[in-house]
Amino acid sequence: MDRRKFIAAGLAGSAIGCGRSRSPWRFFTVEEARTVEAVCAQIIPEDQDPGGRQAGVAVFIDRQLTRFYKPLQKTYRQGIADIDRESLRLAGHPFAELDAAAQLDVLRRFEGNPDLKPFFDMLVAHAMQGFYGDPRHGGNRERASWKMLGVASPPVRGRA
Amino acid sequence: MKRVNAVVVGAGAGGGIVAKELAQAGLSVVLLERGKWYTAFDCRKDDLRNQRTSALGNAFGPDDERNPRVAVDLKGRARLVRASGPGYSNNAACVGGGTLSYGAMAWRYMEKDFRMRSTYGQVPGSTLADWPISYDDLEPYYEKAEWEMGVSGDDSGNPFRGPRRKPLPMPPLAPNREFEILEPAARRLGLHPFHIPMLRNSVPYGGRGPCMRCRWCVGFACEVNAKNGTQNTVIPAAMLTGNCELRTGCMTRQILTDARGRVTGVEYFDAHDRLRRVDADIVVVSSAAVESARLLLNSTSPLFPRGLGNRYDWVGRNLQGHSYTGAFGIMPEAIYDDLGPGASIAVSDYNHGNAGLAGGAMLANEFIRLPYQFVGMLPPDVPKWGQAHKDFMRSYYRRAIAVQGPTQEMPMFEARVEVDPAVRDFWGIPVARLSGDKHPHTMEIGNVMAAKAEAWLKEAGAVRTWKRLAGPGLTAGQHQAGTCRMGDDPKTSVVNRYCQVHDIDNLFVIDGSVHVTNGGFNPVLTIMANAYRASDYLVKGWNGTRYR
Repeated sequence: MDRRKFIAAGLAGSAIGCGRSRSPWRFFTVEEARTVEAVCAQIIPEDQDPGGRQAGVAVFIDRQLTRFYKPLQKTYRQGIADIDRESLRLAGHPFAELDAAAQLDVLRRFEGNPDLKPFFDMLVAHAMQGFYGDPRHGGNRERASWKMLGVASPPVRGRA
Repeated sequence: MKRVNAVVVGAGAGGGIVAKELAQAGLSVVLLERGKWYTAFDCRKDDLRNQRTSALGNAFGPDDERNPRVAVDLKGRARLVRASGPGYSNNAACVGGGTLSYGAMAWRYMEKDFRMRSTYGQVPGSTLADWPISYDDLEPYYEKAEWEMGVSGDDSGNPFRGPRRKPLPMPPLAPNREFEILEPAARRLGLHPFHIPMLRNSVPYGGRGPCMRCRWCVGFACEVNAKNGTQNTVIPAAMLTGNCELRTGCMTRQILTDARGRVTGVEYFDAHDRLRRVDADIVVVSSAAVESARLLLNSTSPLFPRGLGNRYDWVGRNLQGHSYTGAFGIMPEAIYDDLGPGASIAVSDYNHGNAGLAGGAMLANEFIRLPYQFVGMLPPDVPKWGQAHKDFMRSYYRRAIAVQGPTQEMPMFEARVEVDPAVRDFWGIPVARLSGDKHPHTMEIGNVMAAKAEAWLKEAGAVRTWKRLAGPGLTAGQHQAGTCRMGDDPKTSVVNRYCQVHDIDNLFVIDGSVHVTNGGFNPVLTIMANAYRASDYLVKGWNGTRYR
């Protein structure tokens, strides 16, 4: 990209940013991100070690949805809406506003529903990638999971 | 475009060796490779994007967008699959092929592996057969592969291996913790453990340094270039002769034939997607079992309406790979030592001679596990997410050992590669369509092997064990083989014992496709040895202007 195109792209990007919900996310709306972060905090809970939320698992998913997982954008938009809809139906509030026990209950029911399970399974797989995978992709912040497992992180030579 | 003596399609384990042998014998060679030429700097250590874990894509190809395939499931439903996804049976597409990023186990098949039919008789529903060549025919070429490519290890403690005239050129790497735990346990069980032979430098060899024992091994290009693939051994040697031109980014569309039924060259799309042609006296297909079969089937003409070598409908048949089964064990304390490549110890006691079974597998400890890889290996009763999952990861990641092995598959006529009638790739070439199943006896053998692995881990002191079994369905993948079977009878095979297509004198298939059966071992050293052997024949039959 040359300099002129770079500036133009930046202007276009900020124009969209101002016009819409000012989401700091690449793909998610602020509301969607809130739901995804809450789900990831249940998939990998925080305890003496950081959980999915602290490790930035939602950042990983958000970033990949503009890259390798781009074909899954629609599936995610629908799936996140389904989680909040089920949450409202079962517990009267959007998912992120429930307490931990109610969230677990919603997720277990969600997982038990054959129509919704495929999305949930995929979300679990992506959360594991974001938590245990390489920090360069946006997750595993501060190498949280590698520290938890006691795996050293030597430097990468060459084009990291 | 100038005419050359030989064009080799595919710069992997087989093609790289053929190109080098022919170029050194003075033939002019064009080596076509659809992928790129990567180097040690392309290691990247990306645990989500490599050839072992392709959650975010393949590091070394093929590219997802341009190279779809069709996979037919056991219910007969066809679906489009992408190169980094399940069902594709991928092998890397790059200079070196799988050998750039493999785990690099360097097994010789055993004598019985070449005589499966004679040893076990007919297995109903399987096309199990003997090879037309024996271990003894291949032995000098195994040795050549070991010494030219560079193999470390020590199989002198393996009483089941075939005879060898020379030891391996390099000593094994120092034992890791798993070796120290599993070795005495195997002896207590009356087994015969030994150091796995590996195409990996343990000491400086071939102008390159030794392994630095890092954990980014299988699935990655070696950061210090200590893994010996064709990309850093024979292919540079081929180019140094001045007789071999390597063309990367070149996707071969079809093999061309003349009115007399001989091949005259190939047509391919170059790196800028322009259609090109190279005329050659001989054509060698070395694109691995799926793509080699696809190329032969796509090369139709009035004389060969069903594709080349396919007069009797054997091209693409007997697609096989390896069904891996084994077990995991949790040790009483942390045993993770962060020493690559991890895989270090093997037994060959169960390859043959198992009561009631037509074969078996080598069992070895698994390559070192990256954290994300362990996620998919937990026992079936551990929840897939939540606190219990995290607890298990935290408690046992450093305490787990895996032992597993590649079951020698019973080949199936109906496990096959065809070309899809509708789906085409980026260049408009009909794609491979994969269908078929595992033979039930393959599953049976795999289950027994898993029990043996579990017993070994228990003897080693594992406080908890669980099996890893194989489900039904095709297994081809990196160990893909069998689709252009070698045989003496043109009616039941595609190439003769010299890898020459039965009814086309100047067309050869030299890769895992020609394997009649695929051994209970990683197949690469056999692909290499056979490539040296077939090249030898080719060079001897070359009279200066044409083949024979």
